Amino acid sequence: MSQTTEYSKKVLDHFMNPRNVGEMEDPSGVGTVGNAKCGDIMRMYLDIDEDGVIREAKFKTFGCGAAVATSSMATELIKGKTIKEALQITNQAVAEALDGLPKIKLHCSLLAEQAIHAALWDYAERHGITIEGLTKPVNDIDETEEFYQMEE
Amino acid sequence: MDRFIYLDNAATTKTSPEVIEAMRPYFGELFGNPASAYTFAGNINSDVDRARKAIAGFINASADEIYFTSGGSESDNWALKGTAFALKNKGKHIITTVIEHHAILNACNYLERSGYDVTYLSVDENGLISLEELKAAIRPDTILISVMFANNEIGTIEPITEIGRIAHEHGILFHTDAVQAYGHIPIDVKHLGIDMLSVSGHKINAPKGIGFLYIRKGIKIEPLIHGGSQERGKRGGTTNVAGIIGLAKATELAAESLDKRAEYERELRDYLIGRIENEIPYALLNGDRSKRLPNNVNFCFRFIEGESMLLLLDQYGICASSGSACTSGSLDPSHVLLAIGRPHEIAHGSLRLTLSEETRKDDIDFTVDTLKHIIERLRSMSPLYEDFIKEKRAGA
Ligand SMILES: Cc1ncc(COP(=O)(O)O)c(C=O)c1O
Ligand code: FES
Repeated sequence: MSQTTEYSKKVLDHFMNPRNVGEMEDPSGVGTVGNAKCGDIMRMYLDIDEDGVIREAKFKTFGCGAAVATSSMATELIKGKTIKEALQITNQAVAEALDGLPKIKLHCSLLAEQAIHAALWDYAERHGITIEGLTKPVNDIDETEEFYQMEE
Repeated sequence: MDRFIYLDNAATTKTSPEVIEAMRPYFGELFGNPASAYTFAGNINSDVDRARKAIAGFINASADEIYFTSGGSESDNWALKGTAFALKNKGKHIITTVIEHHAILNACNYLERSGYDVTYLSVDENGLISLEELKAAIRPDTILISVMFANNEIGTIEPITEIGRIAHEHGILFHTDAVQAYGHIPIDVKHLGIDMLSVSGHKINAPKGIGFLYIRKGIKIEPLIHGGSQERGKRGGTTNVAGIIGLAKATELAAESLDKRAEYERELRDYLIGRIENEIPYALLNGDRSKRLPNNVNFCFRFIEGESMLLLLDQYGICASSGSACTSGSLDPSHVLLAIGRPHEIAHGSLRLTLSEETRKDDIDFTVDTLKHIIERLRSMSPLYEDFIKEKRAGA
């Protein structure tokens, strides 16, 4: 079980007051990834300028407290960074920036890392470029599939 | 935190002051071991006997059919393993359901690994088993049917009378896990044809770590805990005197208040269900509407995840629980919600609110008002909701 008491103050802060929640009108890149482990979903919108610097990042997350907090922290960490720098941001870095996560919640932070990669992949595809060191994220969600099959 | 609204009474209940008062002497001056020879201990033994009789009376059993245990899990384990071992020469097939508590499911799993065969009956969308499926599952080597009286997550009450009748028509033992039903709905083991029944004290305002297994006279069962001659040689271990006295007191209080309390809780429950259904869109009630525990409310709120809902409710002093994968520790959503046909992502957004007689209408109103706000907020950050709304607009 995960309890409020198991989360660090920073995790709770980023969960209660998430930074950069929302959508973007004309994103440079958007990526949606799903967590095979517990079925959570994260979407990341990026606004990247001509010099390849991430101007804005927005996210939406369907997941636990740790998933929301890691999304929030990940967007904070990549803002103002170059694409290359953004690629260096690992799930460990996000977890550390939050003063750690309960062990059972470590997998949630992977989602944030993958969402960044998926959004960058989308950006590269839109611009017909390849980003060195970036491979197609494995669990990019096919947006037409199962999630629309829910009954009203 | 000013407010404290406890809506998790299916998880555990507060030990009531009267129960604590009744138990107190047995931690102090009446500390003796009831098995000892001197008068001082003998008097304590008589107190335990009286408690046993009171509890037996509540379910229309006799005192020598009540075996005290450490709680629901032990009673469930004992009923299954004890009869499986005792009847292994008669057969090795057991029938249960997919929505049982893990105390049953994991005990069955253990028996399967030990050479027994278990059939898990499915349930319909309300959580009810099918009597036809039950009949069809019965084999010549079936020794036991174990179906829970009422489900701990969704509150559905199973057709116990009919199951008891079918079991006896086929000469098969019938056990029921009544942990969530005891003290909330009247139980007459004779009338219902129940051979074994599991009860746990901490669900009815007695302390944790006490419960009992009712075993109908004449049933062959191996002990689970071998030891001294306590509980007629069937369950070793120095008698938990204070726990037993507490359980008897809690039973007595529950018996006195049962009808009025159930009526009060049922009314409040239906008010809560009604408000949620009227005021929160995309909310799906889990469990049967009428064959339902008086204090159980369980909903799936689409597009959101349960743990984040619990964390936010906690900020307002509201205690609840969820069957979300993210709260399970195992990363699987509740087996009960999957069994009633909820897809993973919908099971994710489940919330269980279980009331008590201390719950006020004012608490319920505050909870719904808070919930509305929390759900709106979580949906505004959900990619699933974003897609859903876009789809809907595109379709319209
Ligand atoms: C249906 C059911 N069976 C068994 C148990 C286990 O009872 P205990 O906590 O006393 O071991 C519970 C409570 O968690 C329950 O709800
Ligand atoms: S998102 Fe499911 S456990 Fe964190």
